Amino acid sequence: MNRVWPVTVVVLAIIAVWYVATVVLNTPFQKDMYERQKQTDVSFSTLVTDTMSQERPVLPAPHQVAQEIYKTTVQKKVTSKRSLIYHSWITLSTALLGFAMGTVLGILLAVSIIHNRALDKSLMPWIIASQTIPILAIAPMIIVVLNSMGIQGLLPKALISTYLSFFPVAVGMVKGLRSPEVSHIDLMRTYNASPWQTLWKLRLPASMPYLFTSMKVAIAIAMVGAIVGELPTGAVAGLGARLLAGSYYGQTVQIWSALIMASILAATLVGLVSLANRIVLKRMGELA
Amino acid sequence: MPDHHQSVPGSEASTAGLSGQAVNEVVRARDLSLRFDTSDGAVHALSDINLTIGAGDFVSLIGPSGCGKTTLLRVIADLETPTAGVMEVNGVSPQQARLERGYGYVFQAASLYPWRTIARNVALPLEIMGLDKRERRERVERNLALVNLTGFEKKYPWQLSGGMQQRASIARALAVEPDLLLMDEPFGALDEIVRDHLNEQLLQLWDKTSKTVVFVTHSIPEAVFLSTHIVVMSPRPGRIIDIIESDLPKERGLDIRETPEFLAIAHRVREGLRQGHSYED
Repeated sequence: MNRVWPVTVVVLAIIAVWYVATVVLNTPFQKDMYERQKQTDVSFSTLVTDTMSQERPVLPAPHQVAQEIYKTTVQKKVTSKRSLIYHSWITLSTALLGFAMGTVLGILLAVSIIHNRALDKSLMPWIIASQTIPILAIAPMIIVVLNSMGIQGLLPKALISTYLSFFPVAVGMVKGLRSPEVSHIDLMRTYNASPWQTLWKLRLPASMPYLFTSMKVAIAIAMVGAIVGELPTGAVAGLGARLLAGSYYGQTVQIWSALIMASILAATLVGLVSLANRIVLKRMGELA
Repeated sequence: MPDHHQSVPGSEASTAGLSGQAVNEVVRARDLSLRFDTSDGAVHALSDINLTIGAGDFVSLIGPSGCGKTTLLRVIADLETPTAGVMEVNGVSPQQARLERGYGYVFQAASLYPWRTIARNVALPLEIMGLDKRERRERVERNLALVNLTGFEKKYPWQLSGGMQQRASIARALAVEPDLLLMDEPFGALDEIVRDHLNEQLLQLWDKTSKTVVFVTHSIPEAVFLSTHIVVMSPRPGRIIDIIESDLPKERGLDIRETPEFLAIAHRVREGLRQGHSYED
């Protein structure tokens, strides 16, 4: 329970700051409006109310975003192109596929790296270099290249998620697979265990805490990758498409509701990974 | 002390063993040296080691830290490779002996895998050896009983005391059913009372199983109490100063440590350590 309080306080603080910012940022436009409509001596309370009910505010108020989310989730059929749930599902499925592929790829890379000194020296710099390329620059290239090869739909977008999410898993798992104590590894040597047996019975179990930590990072950036991947496809569907369409038409409320939705999804996914982490470590006899 | 310097190793006296029965050589080191090349220059971890250990012997390697006693044990186990000289374990190279799983190794820390229960920790080498489930269960049960840990099968390592963890790791080494047991300061991290108790239990275990034991320690009473042979080592370079045969009776309790015979051997060990400048700086 004492974890609820700090979170609540922070959330309330953010909302308070948000409301103040809404008033401050939307006031210039509102004052313009009053001038054009020849309205004088508008009271402060009217000004505040008006800044929170603009159609295309610089910064929409939290309740405007909440209303928009409510309208586009509960009040729309999920099959509708205007349903936020429909768009969220598109992004979510892309992110999950990309995350799954990224995790598998990351683990495979880490396993090859710790078993092969040459790969350790040759592969690691490239893995790090891959992440220095801005994803916004490379995402359209991936989409275009794959499209020319006849690959369309979910997969190209998921590959962008993979591109981002394999990295923390690879780095974390290299560390994790090398984490067993020297005596634990020596023990395997005295048993004349094969590298495969050492991997399966010692290195993988020992790396579990590292795996889950890196998976938490990976699943969050897989969401980012999925959203970025939706941008160059012409903004057909997904949260990224909502963001892009929103910015074309100045629909700030729509942008913010897509943003909030994306962060709720990401937070939920990270929470699910944490839950899986707790269950697995508990089954491994960890001091609960 | 009279002329015992480097004379016993290799001679018939040491290969004959304490009880005088016909004994084959389990460990044989000839002019063994091991040099580590570090950034600070070469470290002579072992220098001209000559040592023969017969079947059924309980041999302690004693000396201050840095004398190479653990390194020597690791050479026997093929965890280190000597830079010169010959080492034979069970009549073959240490590597061959390791591949044949010819020894069990007990580390300084219990080194139990924290995600495995005690029973599954003991079963670990058996899984690697590819034994079937029935055989595994039977060996786990038997060896846990041998170290008085029956009833703790389902516990995780952290639920056990340090002494119990170390007993579990001994059971794990015994489960392989090796004739040779290599122990690297297995009780070093335990308090004296637990250590005394485990020493007694280890002696009983050795008596029951008639295994050859090579035991690294830096405790003089522990070495004298347990061993048939005490190998005194000294550092820089790591070498053997003295090999002392103990004539204490095989049946012995902790009380024996107050007898003149015990104290005489302990005195000779201390003399050997002093000779190797182990008490300086």
